[in-house]
Amino acid sequence: MLDFGYPVLTILIAFPLVAACGLFFLRAPQVVRYYTMAVSLIECLLAVPLTGFKLNADFQFVEKIDWVHQWGLQYYLGVDGISILMVLLTIAVLPLCVMCSWTYIGKRVKEFHFCLLFMTSAVLGVFCALDLVLFYVFWEAMLIPMYLLIAVWGGDDRKYASLKFFLYTLAGSTLLLAAIVAFRVTGGTFSIPDLMQMNFSFRFQFWAFLAMALAFAIKVPMFPFHTWLPAAHVQAPSAGSVILAAVLLKMGTYGFLRFCLPLTPAASEYFAPMMIAISIVSILYGGAIALGQTDIKKLVAYSSVGHMGFVTLGIFLFNQRGVEGALFQMLNHGIVTGALFMMIGAVYERSHSREISNNMGLGKYLPAFMFFWGLMALASFGFPGTNGFVGEILVFIGAFEQSTILGMLLVPGALLGAAYMFRVSLKLAWGKPSTAKTWRDLNAREWIYLTIPAVFVFWIGLAPTPFFKIIDPSVNKLLEDFDSRKVAVVEIVQPLQTAAADVLNATAEKE
Amino acid sequence: MNFNITALVPELFFLCMVLALMVQSLGSREWKPPVERWLPFGACAAFFVTITGFHLHGTMFWDVYKVDLMSQFFKIVITFGFYVVVLNASRQPTLEEGKRADYYMLLGFSTLGLMLLASSVELITIYLALELASYSMYAVIPLRAKDKGAAEAGIKYIMFGAVATALALYGLSYIMATQHTTYIAELMNKSWSFADQPMAVVGLSLFLGGMFFKLALFPFHFWCPDVYQGASNETAAFVATMPKMGAIVVLCRLAVLLKPGLEITTILAVLGALSMTFGNLSALAQTDIKRLLGFSSVAHAGYIMVGLVSGTPEGIGAAAFYGMAYLVMNLLVFWVVSRVASDGRNLKLTDLNGLYKKAPALAFSLAAGAFALVGLPPTMGFMGKFFLITSAWDHGYNWLVITLVLNSAIAIYYYLSLFRHAFTEEKTPTEVAPPDNGWFASAGAGMLAAAVLVIGMIPAPLFNFAINAGKTLYGITVTFSGGGH
Repeated sequence: MLDFGYPVLTILIAFPLVAACGLFFLRAPQVVRYYTMAVSLIECLLAVPLTGFKLNADFQFVEKIDWVHQWGLQYYLGVDGISILMVLLTIAVLPLCVMCSWTYIGKRVKEFHFCLLFMTSAVLGVFCALDLVLFYVFWEAMLIPMYLLIAVWGGDDRKYASLKFFLYTLAGSTLLLAAIVAFRVTGGTFSIPDLMQMNFSFRFQFWAFLAMALAFAIKVPMFPFHTWLPAAHVQAPSAGSVILAAVLLKMGTYGFLRFCLPLTPAASEYFAPMMIAISIVSILYGGAIALGQTDIKKLVAYSSVGHMGFVTLGIFLFNQRGVEGALFQMLNHGIVTGALFMMIGAVYERSHSREISNNMGLGKYLPAFMFFWGLMALASFGFPGTNGFVGEILVFIGAFEQSTILGMLLVPGALLGAAYMFRVSLKLAWGKPSTAKTWRDLNAREWIYLTIPAVFVFWIGLAPTPFFKIIDPSVNKLLEDFDSRKVAVVEIVQPLQTAAADVLNATAEKE
Repeated sequence: MNFNITALVPELFFLCMVLALMVQSLGSREWKPPVERWLPFGACAAFFVTITGFHLHGTMFWDVYKVDLMSQFFKIVITFGFYVVVLNASRQPTLEEGKRADYYMLLGFSTLGLMLLASSVELITIYLALELASYSMYAVIPLRAKDKGAAEAGIKYIMFGAVATALALYGLSYIMATQHTTYIAELMNKSWSFADQPMAVVGLSLFLGGMFFKLALFPFHFWCPDVYQGASNETAAFVATMPKMGAIVVLCRLAVLLKPGLEITTILAVLGALSMTFGNLSALAQTDIKRLLGFSSVAHAGYIMVGLVSGTPEGIGAAAFYGMAYLVMNLLVFWVVSRVASDGRNLKLTDLNGLYKKAPALAFSLAAGAFALVGLPPTMGFMGKFFLITSAWDHGYNWLVITLVLNSAIAIYYYLSLFRHAFTEEKTPTEVAPPDNGWFASAGAGMLAAAVLVIGMIPAPLFNFAINAGKTLYGITVTFSGGGH
């Protein structure tokens, strides 16, 4: 059942996990680091066959094996234009994470890298799975390493943060499991592509959407389910924050795109106003709270709430610009916020503080650092020429296409983004330095792991066409399917509604 | 009387082993070799004999005893459980030297009773087998009787057990009086609606009560946390797992009488929901690990009800599969508990602190066990739960499925605390015996953890076995494909 020479996706998923088991035989921390670095680079090489991705909307590199025949479970993998970018992002983030933890992680180094590799496997599985249960397996499996990353290597308040993260996300996803079972019983299969062809009753979609959306909204996180995120981000070690920001949050929005829109189109349409409202609240709330932070990491964490608000907004606009913008923002946020967290880690290693006031005056003493920070800050609020601009402008266009008022509501959000980023950047660059005089500027390792995201900032910002080519066919197909099936469902619902109205009228007349 | 000795090979093998234990327990105290030297090999052989007999079938003793896929599935599970329990108990620090052979003999008789229970298809036979399985337990639990808690546990178990058995017998008389038969196969064709046969429904409810006692289903669970706490860790491992297999197999057989929507099915569903909720909420507050596991097993008893109320072969298969998963997960956790408490003390959660440092293999295995009990993938606990809810969805008990799902969310907290203490807490308690970190402890834990993970990832062969077993109960002929694929 392979449309490619060898099972590239399985290898990508399995390799980090298998390699992680090799860590048990290593002892010296430095050897562990080199080993993991090598593994992550090999993983990048293993991803090379993905360049054979054809620019159409089909699922590619498909692998399909019976898993539990009696229950119709399949080991079913494949990627389309929506997921392939996420897969590549995940793979690309891995070596950066290893590099940024090189000196940051001093204790239980082996276990740390094990968690990192385990997590990469699980997240790749999430983006590749085309069977609902397989998706759920990977979705849940990723919780354990992330919990450990926060609970063992985190800051002072790590226990509280890790427990909150675990309970929130697992509580949300248990309902996702109920929805998955409901899909199987109603649709007769767990295969996502097959389910995408089916029309479910509105009543079913209503409940299925709610159950799934709760799980995804917690993961994104959308206001008011976001409270685990700042705690987790602030307490997690740099690499943990990077993975959290770069890929884990994307799993939520990916879920909306992969499940809510194609499987429950009518309910998505029905709940869109609510989702849009929540997204706007997330954007404004995240921005406003970020503006008031004195802790750099908290600031970036709250800014994530705002940025992800743009993504969910784009998704629930249901127009091409909106969804494309959402996908771009998913990618951009991964790159930019990931880089910001790595830099926060770098500066923390120097000052042992995340307070803005303890890290000022870097413009003079750490110019290279400040260059990268400035670049990422600009990209973060969508300065033209950077990748953030491409994504944000698309969401803006999409919002204005929908309604002028909606578009206008986004403007303060964008302004807030600029405000908090300028505020923190100005202070970091030109604030009165405390001990920064003695710090060294970026070392070679830091140069490498910051240059790579910087390249992508400019690449996507200046020449986004290749990325459009990858995502466009899938987005078009998603929206076409959405429109046609939404109508099909409306046709079922409308006669029922008229009938109900008739009955009501008749009762009213009798009375 | 129809009798086919080849179909009884696993039981006969086991019987011989138990008789050997009895002879040794009667003999002088210095009998060589000591029982721990030879019994593990015997138990292992019994396990393999049962596996090789998985395809046996036949009905005997005037049709009260049936060897079929269901019985063989559970016999394999039960002999596997016995093997692990024997290994686990072979280093029991709180067991007096002179009582060792007696101890294993009692466990053996109880297990034999459970094996017979797996094949009983007639209510009186079920009753007798159940009693055989119970009586030895009554003797084993207070074995640590110098301890006040153990004495209390023993008395509680006997008193509750006696009442439950009396109820079951009373219910049996009602069923006989109204349905005029005690054969499950014939009972299947009778009406079980309250409107038609009120007495029979009451009788069946009472009879099921006896099984619920064994399963520790709410409200028959009061003995459970106390007995776990009072018995030694190794005995608790037996009590927590093995008698439940007996209860589950009988419930699976009786579940063919149930159709969704019947009053008695609804009672089961309600008890299941109460059991999960009560068990989980109570477990949240526990700090003693065995009490925690006791309440959690009340919750697990509730989960199993979800499969039974669906009234389909898939549901029964799912319940059987979950029963097996439950046995393996619990044996794993108890294995770790027994090894960590190398001096036989009762563990508190804080005793697990820093376990990853002192005994990494045990800590990792404990994590696998705890996550399996939560139902996180890729463990067999997840697959078991998943099969349960898939089988029950859309058979009129969606609310029960939702209750299960929400309960899993509650359960995370206390299972996670097992994991949390082992991996993230650094401060280790002082002046307690260190965990047993030898190769035997690590290998046992590692094997069980591997089983939990591997069956979680590749559940198909065992699950097919379970589902075929479910089908045979409904009289659906199963094309025999070797129990797999």
